[in-house]
Amino acid sequence: MEIREGLYYTKDHEWVRVEGNRAYVGITDYAQDSLGSIVYVELPEEGKALSKDEVLGVVESVKAASDIFAPISGTVVEVNEALADNPELINESPYENYMAVLSFENKDELNELLSPAQYEELTKGE
Amino acid sequence: MDRKTPLYEVQKNSGARFISFGGWELPVSYTDIITEHQVVRTKAGLFDVSHMGEIQITGKDAVKALNRLISNDIAQVPAGKILYSPICYENGTVVDDILIYKFSEEELLLVVNAGNTQKDDEWIRSQITGDVKVENLSDKYVQLALQGPEAEDIIKSILDEDTELPGFFRFKEVSLLGMKVLLSRTGYTGEDGFELYLWLPNSCADPEKLWNGILDAGKDKGVAPVGLGARDTLRLEAALPLYGHELSEDISPLEAGLKIFVKMNKDDYIGKAALSRQLDQGLKRKLYGFEMVDRGIPRNGYDVIMDGSRIGYVTSGGLLPTLNKNGGLALLDNPDLKDGETIEIVIRGRKCKAVLVQLPFYKKKYKK
Repeated sequence: MEIREGLYYTKDHEWVRVEGNRAYVGITDYAQDSLGSIVYVELPEEGKALSKDEVLGVVESVKAASDIFAPISGTVVEVNEALADNPELINESPYENYMAVLSFENKDELNELLSPAQYEELTKGE
Repeated sequence: MDRKTPLYEVQKNSGARFISFGGWELPVSYTDIITEHQVVRTKAGLFDVSHMGEIQITGKDAVKALNRLISNDIAQVPAGKILYSPICYENGTVVDDILIYKFSEEELLLVVNAGNTQKDDEWIRSQITGDVKVENLSDKYVQLALQGPEAEDIIKSILDEDTELPGFFRFKEVSLLGMKVLLSRTGYTGEDGFELYLWLPNSCADPEKLWNGILDAGKDKGVAPVGLGARDTLRLEAALPLYGHELSEDISPLEAGLKIFVKMNKDDYIGKAALSRQLDQGLKRKLYGFEMVDRGIPRNGYDVIMDGSRIGYVTSGGLLPTLNKNGGLALLDNPDLKDGETIEIVIRGRKCKAVLVQLPFYKKKYKK
């Protein structure tokens, strides 16, 4: 299971890549592997303001729908439209295929996220 | 704590992921659900379905006594054949839907849904009359299913002696891989295939040897282990009902479209009067198949809207892998809708267009 350096993680198996005040959000390799074939992705609307832990979108595998939560507070400034037609891209390369980009101000919330080492520890326990 | 089948360790070692279903910890998939689905449609898939319950009814009055509890007619069935039937309550809703293996006029084996085994056992004991003995043998059977176009050739290749295989919905005792096995031409996938019952008290019974032996024998034919996830997508495409979804203590078999398994020209049985009334007065609701037009995945329990009002709910839904479409089954409060009519499924507050279609989604490939 790949865990990439340079990213933040959540206990709900999302990853966050920070570029300036933009946060790319996706689901981890561990998450896509546990879900199995992903057949539908529901993306948030651009312009929507999300608080940390609010539902950002939904990823559906053959067997179930899973809510994806905003790892930090922010406004949706971009979504990955390619996932609407090709949801399986998340299975193929989970770290290349973000779901949405959040524009954020509160850098402190990043401190509450997990480091790659902490996330690895978490997945070992599951 | 969920129960485990005797094959749990073997499956775990072969990479299965497990889920909780009907009080059991069962493999949901080994690789991924869509791949496993296609394996069954094009080659052959092996399922461990040991969670299914087996209840034996023996005695002089076995046939007559059971017939008073089921809506189909076991009296008309010859020995060696299998009958599918709902068991109904007095009000016509469903206790369970079962298979009945008729060994003789005095020996029947009921194969029941895992989650209903105890309920059925209690119901049957409380309702049955006459000279009969009811025994729950569920713990003593391992049940496998081998399903798909290659299933027949794989079974033939592991028979210990040359013998004719049972025809559709028939069974016989055979010896394969050095074990006595009850073999029936039945399944829950819409493909030709078999179910195998291994009686564990037999000294020769070795579930691992049976499981591995079938996988080895079918290796060149592309056989693979298949989990509960694909079992559900396969049965949904074939529009086979799942208890708790299309049938329940709230739904009658007539509403679920199972009229051919509800006999009116037989002696009285529990639920007959209520079902007869439903037939006379006309059904208030009916099960339909639908395919999504808009994007979105329909799931069990989602509301269905037509012309602005709620007319029912989705009983089962999801990806239909062979069609590469999303769709499902819905129980709607109008028995007169036609294929091609538009409905809306409420998916997380969003109304998504769908269209009614003819069932089944996938034409069954039974060898009759």
